Amino acid sequence: MTADTLQPQRDPALEPEIKDPIILRVEALSLWYGEKKALKEISLKIPEKQITAFIGPSGCGKSTLLRCINRLNDLIDGVRVEGDIVFNGASIFDPRIEINALRKRIGMVFQKSNPFPKSIYENVAYGPRIQGIKRKRDLDEIVEKSLKGAALWDEVKDRLDESALGMSGGQQQRLCIARAIAVEPEVILFDEPCSALDPIATARIEELMQDLKSQYTQVIVTHNMQQASRVSDLTAFLYLGELIEYGPTERIFINPMKKQTEDYITGRFG
Amino acid sequence: MQNDEKTSHASLYGGDRGWSERFGHAFTWLCGGALALNVLLVLGILSLLAWKGFGYFWQEDLVEFTLKDGSKVLGEVWEEEIVAATPEHPAVDRLRLKIGNRDVNGLDFVWIDRADVVSRREPKDVVLLERLEWGNFHGYLREIRRGDQVLAQGSEAVWQQLGPLLATKEAEREEIHALEKGAIGAINYEIEKLRLAARRLEISGLPAAERERRQAEIDKTLQEREAEFQQLADRLFQMREALTAETLVAATASGETKEIPVGGIVSAIRPDDLGVLGKLALQGKRIRQFVVDDPRESNTEGGIFPAIFGTVMMVFLMAFAVAPLGVVAAVYLREYAKQGLLVRLVRIAVNNLAGVPSIVFGVFGLGFFVYLIGGSLDKLLYPEALPTPTFGTGGILWAALTLALLTVPVVIVATEEGLAAVPRIVREGSLALGATKFETIRKVVLPAAAPGILTGMILAMARAAGEVAPLMIVGMVKLAPTLPLDGRPPFLHLERKFMHLGFHIFDVGFQSPNIEATTPLVFATALLLITVVTLMNLLAIGLRNHLRRKYAGSAV
Repeated sequence: MTADTLQPQRDPALEPEIKDPIILRVEALSLWYGEKKALKEISLKIPEKQITAFIGPSGCGKSTLLRCINRLNDLIDGVRVEGDIVFNGASIFDPRIEINALRKRIGMVFQKSNPFPKSIYENVAYGPRIQGIKRKRDLDEIVEKSLKGAALWDEVKDRLDESALGMSGGQQQRLCIARAIAVEPEVILFDEPCSALDPIATARIEELMQDLKSQYTQVIVTHNMQQASRVSDLTAFLYLGELIEYGPTERIFINPMKKQTEDYITGRFG
Repeated sequence: MQNDEKTSHASLYGGDRGWSERFGHAFTWLCGGALALNVLLVLGILSLLAWKGFGYFWQEDLVEFTLKDGSKVLGEVWEEEIVAATPEHPAVDRLRLKIGNRDVNGLDFVWIDRADVVSRREPKDVVLLERLEWGNFHGYLREIRRGDQVLAQGSEAVWQQLGPLLATKEAEREEIHALEKGAIGAINYEIEKLRLAARRLEISGLPAAERERRQAEIDKTLQEREAEFQQLADRLFQMREALTAETLVAATASGETKEIPVGGIVSAIRPDDLGVLGKLALQGKRIRQFVVDDPRESNTEGGIFPAIFGTVMMVFLMAFAVAPLGVVAAVYLREYAKQGLLVRLVRIAVNNLAGVPSIVFGVFGLGFFVYLIGGSLDKLLYPEALPTPTFGTGGILWAALTLALLTVPVVIVATEEGLAAVPRIVREGSLALGATKFETIRKVVLPAAAPGILTGMILAMARAAGEVAPLMIVGMVKLAPTLPLDGRPPFLHLERKFMHLGFHIFDVGFQSPNIEATTPLVFATALLLITVVTLMNLLAIGLRNHLRRKYAGSAV
């Protein structure tokens, strides 16, 4: 209560008006790596079926924030979290929550493509198998649907049994997207998904993200400001672990409210 | 302008760097030279083994020497030696001959002085008889007899008849062998089982009436079996009689005649009548026999199949034991244990385990596996056989487990490296799909690390195949009557003792009653051991490459 009363009215630079339903709410989230505070009281709301981008210079905490959402930071020793993230009305830090079930609902695509050393088919079928789907027919269907969803089906349908590691970098990244959507998550987190790709492969991934928008909420961390402006609906600018500005992408890029944001997007530092 | 150019070149060829450049060249040569030396060493070992090993199976011509004193010596020239002159003796040029005829001469080899040789000849009709007992016979054929009846007389006639006769004798010998190993072996086995059943009954604590009833049953079966055994034994006796019905009369070089039962002759050749091709064929045949036959004459003759079998089986048992043990331990160390002082200490301890002298492992195996576990197993499961131990004595299982302990550090280290090489991001990819840590390790990390694990297994198997010392006290023997795997249930007899190529080398080379004759066997057996280890490694390497191809471009 006190916190609410102490807070000034709504800060338009940090709390944009959002009409769509909110699927993820980050509430005063702080995170420490040992002694070092990497995230400082971050609060933001992520709307459903939109693309939200986190931008900021290296080490600003954008990837850390992203990895909090599916609790992948749990794996790192010495990480401590305060505050909360509410997903569909429930806290993800609630001890009763099944962490594997959470990760099934919040998928992730990584900076470097990370297909498993298995066949293309087995990569996509991996998640559904973990969920207990065993029937070959069901798996076939899921694999085809997911690969089609990731715009990869036509390229690989004749070589599903070949190793995924023989694909090109862009194909591997799309395979990772197919793998993520095979378990039918609600949210997909992208951690700099194009940083290792050439412009053409990047364009395909961005296109794919637009296609996926009708079904999934997407959160993307990117270094590349053009990419953020091209793909996202909302953009959050983080700097040194703090959320500096959050709002509709267009406004952030055309009319930033904070000086730091302006400096960063105009390329004066970063 | 010109000046400028010179300066820039001068900095390229730089005064001070010239020295380090030259030193760099020398260093490259040094490294290359060291590698070349290593390669040369390996090639040297292999060619020595191959030369000496194959040489053992090569048949030289038999030469008849007539000496000054009128005596004749017939033998194969093995080496020539010049003994340097001393103040007391002049230099001597002497030859070492393998003369065979151990039953006549008492020894296989003699030295003769070249100066004493009056003449030498290589008679075409000299024969070399390979016998089941007393080693080879060198001499001339005289006649074949059956009882008092003379079947053939004269060198040529006897030679003509001997071939077919030897073939029938070999068939008869095989029949006897089959009877001994088959029917008679089975009955012996059953009788032994009945004896144990009776003993079990005795210590069972059943009511006396019941015990007597069952004892009567056992006695009845026992009597039937013994009657059957008697019949078979009679038949065996007749077959043996038939086998020794014919005798071959042959003369040594010095004219002494000798009667040799034809049934005891394995093969007859006329080495001086054989061309190079014939000798090559003979060499091939001998190598084949060496690999597939059982040993004879306390391992100095015959083949070494049981030793090959024992080595391979022991190594595979070891692999089955060490793979899960090492992999699970490494997974815990790398994936689950909290990386701290304790884990570091454990890791150091594991690495140092690889440096413990292998005989110490043998002692541990004897104390722990054989006496403690084996002894307890005997009390629990085989009380009727006591005081004869079943598992409470050395056996192939205990040997394999002892070697598994010896090689587990290799597997742990290789597995840990394989696991460490699986990128974190791949694990996270699996976790991000909702897989648990265990599912991630089982389905993603371990398959990706499999080639690395197999590399460790290859090293472990190579080490295990070459290890002899610890085995000598946990179940390896000079001569095992039965293989640890045969046609009688339960087929796999893990409690049995076994033969091993490594020990065989030591045994034939230095423990043999006839060392001069068997020393060359050391090289042949060593060559075989290397071949067996190489084949096993090739198998594992093939498997690894298959996995690598399957996960082409995988991290490890």
